[in-house]
Amino acid sequence: MSRKVQVEAVINGETTEFLCEPRQSLLETLRDVLELTGTKEGCLTGDCGACTVLVDGRAVCSCLMLGVEAQGRNIVTVEGLADGPTLHPLQQKFLEDASLQCGICTPGFLISAKALLDRNPSPSEAEIRYALAGNLCRCTGYDKIVRAVQDAAKAISGGR
Amino acid sequence: MAESTQTQSFKVVGTRPIRPDGVDKVTGRARFGADYAFPGMLHGKLLRSPHAHARIKSINIAKALKLPGVKAVITAADLPPLPENKSEALGEIAMNPRHLALNILAHDKVLYDGHAIAAVAATSPHIAEEALRLIDVEYEVLPPVMTVERAMEPGAPILLPELRNPESGDQPTNVAMHLPIKKGDPDAGFKSADYIVEREFRTAMVHQGYIEPHNAVGVYNSDGHATIYCSTQGAFDVRLLSAKVLGIEVGKLKVVPAEIGGGFGGKTTIYLEPLSVLLSQKTGHPVKLVMSRSEVLRASGPTSGSTIKVKMGATKDGKIVAAKVWMAYEAGAFPGSPVMAGALTILAPYVIENLQIDAYDVVVNRPKTAAYRAPGATNAAFAAETVIDELAEKCEIDPLAMRIQNGAHEGSPHPAGPPYRRIGFIETCEAIRSSAHYKSPLAGPNRGRGVASGFWFNAGMQSSATVNIHTDGTASVVTGSPDIGGSRASMAMIAAEVLGLPFEDVRPLVADTDSIGHTDVTGGSRVTFATGTAVYQAAQDAVNQLKERAAKLMDKKPDDLEFRDGAFAVKGNGAPPMTIKQMAGKLARAGGPVVGRATVNARGAGPAFATTCVDVEVDPDTGKVQILRCTVAQDAGRAIHPSYVEGQMQGGTAQGVGWALNEEYFYDEKGILRNTGLLDYRIPTCLDLPAIDTIIVEVPSPTHPLGVRGVGEVSIVPPPAAIANAIYRAVEVRMTQLPMSPPRLLKAILAARQEPARLVAAD
Amino acid sequence: MATVFIPAALRRFTAGVERATAHGRNVRALIDDLDRQFPGIRAQLVEDDEVKPSIAVSIDGEIATGGLLDPVNESSEVHFLPALAGGTIPSCA
Repeated sequence: MSRKVQVEAVINGETTEFLCEPRQSLLETLRDVLELTGTKEGCLTGDCGACTVLVDGRAVCSCLMLGVEAQGRNIVTVEGLADGPTLHPLQQKFLEDASLQCGICTPGFLISAKALLDRNPSPSEAEIRYALAGNLCRCTGYDKIVRAVQDAAKAISGGR
Repeated sequence: MAESTQTQSFKVVGTRPIRPDGVDKVTGRARFGADYAFPGMLHGKLLRSPHAHARIKSINIAKALKLPGVKAVITAADLPPLPENKSEALGEIAMNPRHLALNILAHDKVLYDGHAIAAVAATSPHIAEEALRLIDVEYEVLPPVMTVERAMEPGAPILLPELRNPESGDQPTNVAMHLPIKKGDPDAGFKSADYIVEREFRTAMVHQGYIEPHNAVGVYNSDGHATIYCSTQGAFDVRLLSAKVLGIEVGKLKVVPAEIGGGFGGKTTIYLEPLSVLLSQKTGHPVKLVMSRSEVLRASGPTSGSTIKVKMGATKDGKIVAAKVWMAYEAGAFPGSPVMAGALTILAPYVIENLQIDAYDVVVNRPKTAAYRAPGATNAAFAAETVIDELAEKCEIDPLAMRIQNGAHEGSPHPAGPPYRRIGFIETCEAIRSSAHYKSPLAGPNRGRGVASGFWFNAGMQSSATVNIHTDGTASVVTGSPDIGGSRASMAMIAAEVLGLPFEDVRPLVADTDSIGHTDVTGGSRVTFATGTAVYQAAQDAVNQLKERAAKLMDKKPDDLEFRDGAFAVKGNGAPPMTIKQMAGKLARAGGPVVGRATVNARGAGPAFATTCVDVEVDPDTGKVQILRCTVAQDAGRAIHPSYVEGQMQGGTAQGVGWALNEEYFYDEKGILRNTGLLDYRIPTCLDLPAIDTIIVEVPSPTHPLGVRGVGEVSIVPPPAAIANAIYRAVEVRMTQLPMSPPRLLKAILAARQEPARLVAAD
Repeated sequence: MATVFIPAALRRFTAGVERATAHGRNVRALIDDLDRQFPGIRAQLVEDDEVKPSIAVSIDGEIATGGLLDPVNESSEVHFLPALAGGTIPSCA
């Protein structure tokens, strides 16, 4: 068995040092090493999006990346979306619009939606659906998720 | 958006507050089963059969045990002797615990690709996986039986040598059950029909598709008690079934239901739970087992593929006069497909005097099927609702009008006999007929509109609830119903309504099997109905106790007081009433704490009906179907929290769309599953669906204090038939196979045009 | 006399009769009376002094949760239905 590797990365705004095995994915590292269990495992093949995190601002499936590859990167997980006790508008709208049922896909959707709104502050419905097509939800039929992203976009740009 | 057809006169019921567990779920704090970790916890993995059908000649675990980091390896030999081969009432479910145990770990035969044979516990999941490779298994491969037709052929390989049905006598068989239903004289009925339609349908096996894989953490204590933490729809079921498999008393197990990432029926059974306890017992450590996605698809319950033949006759005025059905469902490796439910739902929305249904439960070398949202009904509706559509066309009657004309209503008999009470089927048809969607024109080539209806029973069963009044006048409501769709919010809303408290002052909890009275599964569309009734009664019980206390505090008799808007007032007296808040801090001197309690074995759950309208556009060059617009009308009795009722309607519809257009299990000729991931087991994405419009029809059920009808399941039933009917109007092809995937539809389009299907792969 | 509907699977015990009448103040007594009229039918419905787990009893359109103990009155309509596996029981109320 190979030795663990020392990695330093910025995680949810904090410079963090950790040890992980070379064979551990970023997903496993976040969940089992760093105890950040908000990011979820759904398929381990990059098809469901439940493990989506931001790496240097880009939405990435953390099951397709190794923990050691986080070296020097800026990682944002669902635990880093809120500003202290103040929820991000996306989180708030997901709650108001009843956009989650079981909630397992929600962290991944929030991260993907944030990546979308960061680069495109007023997306059309088609653009939203396209950007979120890599996140699977089995409970909601996506209807209320799309509405929440639309409402969050309005709230962010309208300052509501 | 949703339209509700009834105004409400409640304060909390019918509003849309934010669910209390929501903040934890949007911040990643909520703990799902795989999120649990304990000091010294080990990780478990399962070795699974690479063959669809084989005898196990030997298993050698010696090398695996020697791998550093491996702490235990178990096989079926480590479980107690198998229970007898017979069906038992396990809770309200008739199940064969022997088959359950055999499914969890194979004994002398493996019966599907992915059937579990051994389990390893090690210090890391990676070491556990390495250890699996060191287990040597010798197999004698047997020919696989993959379809109901093959399984029913005389001389077909037999999966379970001890399986018999009353008609097979002493002969081994793969047919576990034949259920006949007959009423009137179908042959005479057909003779009197002006039009007859007869079709044969095939539906592929599909999976519930929850995003969260199965998980369990077992913690065994040296006093012989164990705790299981797992994502489940029913902690009490897990306890009972695990105790059966482990051969221990129910009281030795405690099950803590974690948050659950989707179930849809598939998490009402057990796979990993007893193994997590056994591994914990052997190693002295907590042991966590989590399935990978490929394990979920290979080895956790899908629902049945099926072959269904439907013949229906109508007189030219549109009255259905006779129906005949032959249906065979894949049970998977062990008996128990939902073919009975299929038989009891297939003609349920209609009044038909002469009918005959023959339903067969057939074992095949596929995973043991598990419940999937209205189990058995979607397959059945695909067949019946497309035949009705064809009959309506022959009679030149609008398909909705035909359904209304023949529709079941209060007092009419269900096909299996009992009369309906107050139901809302016809109302859902009328809601679609008068909807903006149905009235809007649909123009353009290769576009079509289709409608279909669905029926589901809804369960009652047992639930318990307690309501605790806190010293500041807020309350908590405790139930044993895991929350898969937002039910916690509805429980708090019902309690708040009865207590006259604001919603924010009532906190709902989902408790473990030691902390709440027996509660049956979250499933069968029963939680708001049955657990909601228990909550309603527990809250009333709390109010009665509060009234006694208030009387003491106000120096009156309880009968002198009346309770309104969360306060007790002296009857006929204008003095300011005493609120719960005001008295909550004084309960000690008025008699003690207030804990309301109630238990129910709920009777009279009203069935649910849904009618769905869908517009499609078909690409005639590829066979791809685009859903342009979708509206579903469903009778909810009374919507406690409309957003979550809409959510159930939309979610079920989306699953129905996937079932209709893309989802299927691909097995090769050796019986090996080829699509074991979510890329090739294709469930709908955001981009595949339009907005799903919902119409909540409220025909209150007379058997619930607030008129609630179960809503969770029925919306999955109509979409495949509605889409098939829409495709017919778009490209004049009647599809009789699910899924209506692009290769299949294209082949049908080309055949209809009599063009050679050169570019299309053989089916 | 309660009216009892015989499911198709059991009509071989009743020589094809679909609809029978029987006495009994509860389901147990009713089934005993049915067995007097149609010998052998009790064994199809009852096991270990309980209604078989694979059978559900509907009385006047509502599933009887008390099994053999549920009361039946003179004008009741009683159906024997297959009980469903998977956590639900058919109910037409």
